[in-house]
Amino acid sequence: MDEAMQLLGFGEGGWGPALLSGTWVTLQISVGAFIVGILIGLLTALAKLYGNPFCQSFARGYTTVCRAVPELLLILLFFYGGSSLINALFDYLGYGYVEVAGLPVAIIVLGLVQGAYASEIFRGSILAVHSGQAEAGSAYGMSQRKVFFRITLPIMAPHALAGLSNLWVNLIKDSALISVIGTNELLYTAKQAGGSTREYLLFFVSVAVIYYLITLISSYLLRKLEIHLRRWQPKH
Amino acid sequence: MDVLIEYSDLIYEGLQVTLALLIIGLIFGFISAIGVALARLSKYRVIAYPAFLFTSVVRGTPLLVQIYIYYYGLGTLFSQVPGIRGHFLWPYLRDGFWYVAFALIISTAAYLGEIIRGGLLAVPKGEVEAARAYGMTETKALLRVRLPRALYQLAPTLAGETVLLLKSTALASTIAVVDLLGAANQIRSMTFEVYKPLLLVAAIYIIATYLIEVAFAQFEKRIPMKR
Repeated sequence: MDEAMQLLGFGEGGWGPALLSGTWVTLQISVGAFIVGILIGLLTALAKLYGNPFCQSFARGYTTVCRAVPELLLILLFFYGGSSLINALFDYLGYGYVEVAGLPVAIIVLGLVQGAYASEIFRGSILAVHSGQAEAGSAYGMSQRKVFFRITLPIMAPHALAGLSNLWVNLIKDSALISVIGTNELLYTAKQAGGSTREYLLFFVSVAVIYYLITLISSYLLRKLEIHLRRWQPKH
Repeated sequence: MDVLIEYSDLIYEGLQVTLALLIIGLIFGFISAIGVALARLSKYRVIAYPAFLFTSVVRGTPLLVQIYIYYYGLGTLFSQVPGIRGHFLWPYLRDGFWYVAFALIISTAAYLGEIIRGGLLAVPKGEVEAARAYGMTETKALLRVRLPRALYQLAPTLAGETVLLLKSTALASTIAVVDLLGAANQIRSMTFEVYKPLLLVAAIYIIATYLIEVAFAQFEKRIPMKR
C-alpha cells in the first residue's frame, strides 16, 4: 500500500505530477473540442434547417457518417488524413516535413467527431421553439434581436443544455481515445507509467477514478445549471 | 483497389471478429441489463444501491480505460498465478478478444440497464395491477406484462444502443485484436496505404449500421400495438 502511494505521489519516483498534467491536458482537449463541436454543430444544424439543398445533403451526410463510424476510426482518419493534407500543403509551399501532433490536432479531430452529435441537439432544440411564440413576440413589437434573446433562446436553452451536458460527458470519455495518436493526455500518461513500473492495474484504476470524478462533478454542476434554466417552465 | 483485394481475407476475418463481439455483447449484455434494471428497482437498498453504483461507475469512465484495466491490469495478475499456464483456460486468458467481450458485456449491461429501468417505470400501473388481479404471480406478471411492454416501447432506443455497441467493438483494435479496424491498421502498416483501408472499413461500418436500423424497423413493425 505504501509502495502504491509512493508511485502515485509527488515524491521521488512518483507519477503524481505527470498524472496531474495529464488530467490538465485531458481537460484542455475536452473543453477545446466542446467549443469546436458546438460551433460545427450550430453551423451544421443551421445548414440542415435553412440551407440550400446542397448544404442540407452535405450536413446530413456528415452527421450520418460521424454517427455510424466508430470514433476511433474517425480519429485515425482525420489524424492521418489531416496530417498528410497539411504536409502536402507545406510541401507545395516549399517548407519541409512537419510533425503534426499535440493539442490542436486532438481538439480539432475530437471536435469534428462531436460536432455531428451537437448538430442534432441544436436542430432538435431549435425545432422545439413553436413558431407562434416567436410570432407573438414580433406582434408585440419586439425587434428580431429581442425576440431571439427574450423568447427563442430561453425556450431552447434547457432543451439544448440537457443534450449538451450529455455531449460533454461523452467528450471527456472520448478524449481517452486521443491516447492512440500519442498526445500525452491522462490515459496516455497512465499507459507510460504502467509500462515503466509494471503496475498497470494501479495506474489504470487511478486514472478511472480521475475520469469518474470529472464526469461526476461536471454532471452535478450541469444539472444545477439546467434546473436554473428550466425555472420558467411549469412544474409537473 | 488491388491492395484491398489482395488483403480481402484479412478484412473478412476482421469482420467476423467484429460481428462476434457485437453478438456476444448484445446477447449477454442484454440479459445482464435486465438483471441490472430489476436490481436498480429493487425495494431493498442492499440490492438497489450496488446496482446504482455499478451503472454510475461504468457510465462515468471511458470504455477504453475499462478495457485496459481488464486486459493489462487483470491480465498481468492472472499471469502471476502459479501453474496457470498449463490450465485449460489459459489460451482464453491470454487472448485480448475475451477481455474486450467482457468489457462490452459490462458496459452494455450498465447503459442498457439504465434504459430498460426507464422502460419498466413507464409501463402503466393499471396493466400490472390487472395482471396481478388475474392471479399472475409477480414473476409471471414481470415476464408476460412488464418486460414485454417495456421492451416494445424501447425498440427505437435499442436500435441506437446496438449501433453504439457496434462502434464500441472497434476499441478491440487497441489491444491487438484483429477486428475490422485492427485489420485496416494491419494493412496500413504492411502497405503504407493510409486512406484506402480506413475508408473501406468505414464504409463497412456504415453498411452494418444501416442493416441494424433496417432489422430493428422490421422488429418494430411486428410489435402488437393499437395505432
